[in-house]
Amino acid sequence: MSFFARFAQNRGALVGLIILLVIIAMAILAPLLFPESPWRMVQRPFLPPLSQDGFPLGTDTMGRNVASGLMHGAWVSLLIGLVSTSVALLIGVPLGAIAGYYGGWIDDLLMRFTEFFQTIPNFALAIVLVAIMQPSISSIVLAIAIVSWPPVARLVRAEFMSLRNREYVEAARLVGQSNTTIILRQILPNTLSPIIVLASLMVATAILLESALSFLGLGDPNVMSWGYMIGAARTVIRQAWWLSFFPGVAILLTVLALNLVGEGLDDALNPKLSRER
Amino acid sequence: MKTPLALAISAAALAFATAALADDPKSGGTVNTIIQPEPPGLVLGMVQNAPTRTVAGNIYEGLLRYTTDLEPMPQLAESWDVSEDGRTYTFHLREGVTWHDGEPFTADDVVFSADVFHRELNPSARAVLQHVESIEATDDHTVVFTLTQPFGPFLLSFEAGTFTMVPEHLYAGTDFRDNEHNDHPIGTGPFKFANWERGTVIELVKNDDYYEEGLPYLDGVNWHIIPDGASRAVSFENETIDVLPSGTVENFDIPRLAAMDNVCMTEEGHEYFSPFAMLWMNNREGPTADKRFRQAVMYAMDREFAKDVLWNGLGNVPLSAFGSNARFQNDDLEPYDHNPDRARELLEEMGYDGEEITILPLPYGETWTRWAEAVQQNLREVGINVSTQATDVGGWNQRLGDWDYDLAFTYLFQYGDPALGISRTYLSDNIAKGSPWNNVEGYENERVDELFNEAATAFPDAEREKLYREVQEILHEDVPVGWLMELGFPTLYRCDVQNLVTSGVGVNDGFKDAWLDR
Repeated sequence: MSFFARFAQNRGALVGLIILLVIIAMAILAPLLFPESPWRMVQRPFLPPLSQDGFPLGTDTMGRNVASGLMHGAWVSLLIGLVSTSVALLIGVPLGAIAGYYGGWIDDLLMRFTEFFQTIPNFALAIVLVAIMQPSISSIVLAIAIVSWPPVARLVRAEFMSLRNREYVEAARLVGQSNTTIILRQILPNTLSPIIVLASLMVATAILLESALSFLGLGDPNVMSWGYMIGAARTVIRQAWWLSFFPGVAILLTVLALNLVGEGLDDALNPKLSRER
Repeated sequence: MKTPLALAISAAALAFATAALADDPKSGGTVNTIIQPEPPGLVLGMVQNAPTRTVAGNIYEGLLRYTTDLEPMPQLAESWDVSEDGRTYTFHLREGVTWHDGEPFTADDVVFSADVFHRELNPSARAVLQHVESIEATDDHTVVFTLTQPFGPFLLSFEAGTFTMVPEHLYAGTDFRDNEHNDHPIGTGPFKFANWERGTVIELVKNDDYYEEGLPYLDGVNWHIIPDGASRAVSFENETIDVLPSGTVENFDIPRLAAMDNVCMTEEGHEYFSPFAMLWMNNREGPTADKRFRQAVMYAMDREFAKDVLWNGLGNVPLSAFGSNARFQNDDLEPYDHNPDRARELLEEMGYDGEEITILPLPYGETWTRWAEAVQQNLREVGINVSTQATDVGGWNQRLGDWDYDLAFTYLFQYGDPALGISRTYLSDNIAKGSPWNNVEGYENERVDELFNEAATAFPDAEREKLYREVQEILHEDVPVGWLMELGFPTLYRCDVQNLVTSGVGVNDGFKDAWLDR
């Protein structure tokens, strides 16, 4: 069975993939459909949805187009999700690999270091980091990456520990391959599938984290993100429900889609495991 | 442009005026209101924070009160004379006034308060006292202030919050800050301090021995302390709270609360403070150092939009540095209307190369954040490359004190006279690193210094007016700072609370005349 066929066997994953593609399309099409800045005050404030042509989702407290904000926000959310996950992988994978492969005191040292990050509540640490570094896209990405790499490190370490004594690794060692080569060329490729599954879920968590930070007013004040839209609408929720509702639904769908896709990837990459389930 | 809300207020004010005429005041009842945030202490002069002024202005009194047009009214001083040369002020005190502990109030208390207590503790009173040569009690009920030279705004300085009267018999010879009576303030006012449950409520009760016959009408005033903005709005909605002083709920809640049955709103009662929102522009470096750039910013901003959308149409868009509630406003100046084309022209003329500048919003809540977003968008639309930097209050203070900014939001009180509240922003000897409240923009103009200094001590007012008109013309051309808005800070209250705002400081001394029509 091909990879995609296995993936598509999971109906939920297929739905998730479709939603995700729609959101990616939104992000790409945003500058074409709404070439004007989403910050532009274009109409009377507090216009309800569907009450005026060109403003299907209404306008916000300042007369900005909610639909435009939602589309441009998709780009911000996806970008932050992807970039921060990549950064987290860049930190977590090497640390986990080294700890798992070498074991002993190196493992102890790296794992205590990892635990240090794990003991501090994620969100609290992210708030502190962003507040210290001044809110901007890069500081938010970095903060999210710093709080989300420990699970990656632990997962990769566990995989490495179970694989490092396999026969093919022993063989590579006998042939005289260096440790670096063994880590990069022999073991790492075999740990990729759980990493990919984890990464897809991390993107979802990162989007949630970014939204929560923006909601608290710690977002980049120069970009329109979904979390910002909800945070700004919070004070007027009694007058204008749609301002928090649409970005809220967008976050919900994106996170749901990413979770479904992650599950589908899990099925597709670990066919044995999923059949046993 | 008048918004429906502003019209509704005028209508409500009219209805209120007729109602007040029709009925005779009734005595009795307690009013529940809100103080936000909780004040650090209640001894005026020792503590200068706005919430202290609001509560304690009903316990303590000054020699004078001020109408909403900032004309002096008698309070502890029954009448006053000013000598022809403008240097001698004689106050005739009311007789039969007692402190809350029963001791009589005399001229000696005035001399002690002004010459000893405020000189030591109160920087804003000290600024006025530097013009005073001597303060003498010529008999038990007469005090004479002799000035070194005429000082135009002198009569505006006797408001309770600025120059309160404190009891000499309790404070003389003690360590003021450590005095045991600080926890139980003793004044001459219509209400006595009763109880302060920290974090919950400050209770004031009627002063039965008050010297004005029949006043106050109320049995007491409870100032509730509710830390969360949404809860404050709800407590007003469910009628546990009768009066919302300005600034106690978010602007976005005001139209909803004002539209409720039996709720009245007034914009009066802030004339003395008249908060003036400004955009600091760094005159020292970067594009903002160029006058044409600063003018372009003024033309680029849509200030009427901000007023209508963010401030519910309340307040006033000023012509230049002098607000409508300050005296001597020069209204012949041409307004800086929203004119993006003119802004682009000016930018082109100066050869603006797209250098990035930053905006620091004022970290005082949602309204200010939205306002910064609007200004940022206005500036981008004329081609200014601008980005926003979010800070907290500490960061904001520090960045401004270090002059590390391009554009920054702030607001300042005008105190009714240019010499008290306006000149401080433009005088070059008021440039000092470390404070966000002085001449932060770094504007230096010898002629402006001269005019402001001369005008402060010129006599009579016609002379001052001439000088101030000229200074406004220069400032209007130079745009040292951006003039955003004179803020409208409305007070919301149940319509059956009558006669609440009767002075230029509103509820700060308003409960004296208030009564409940229940």
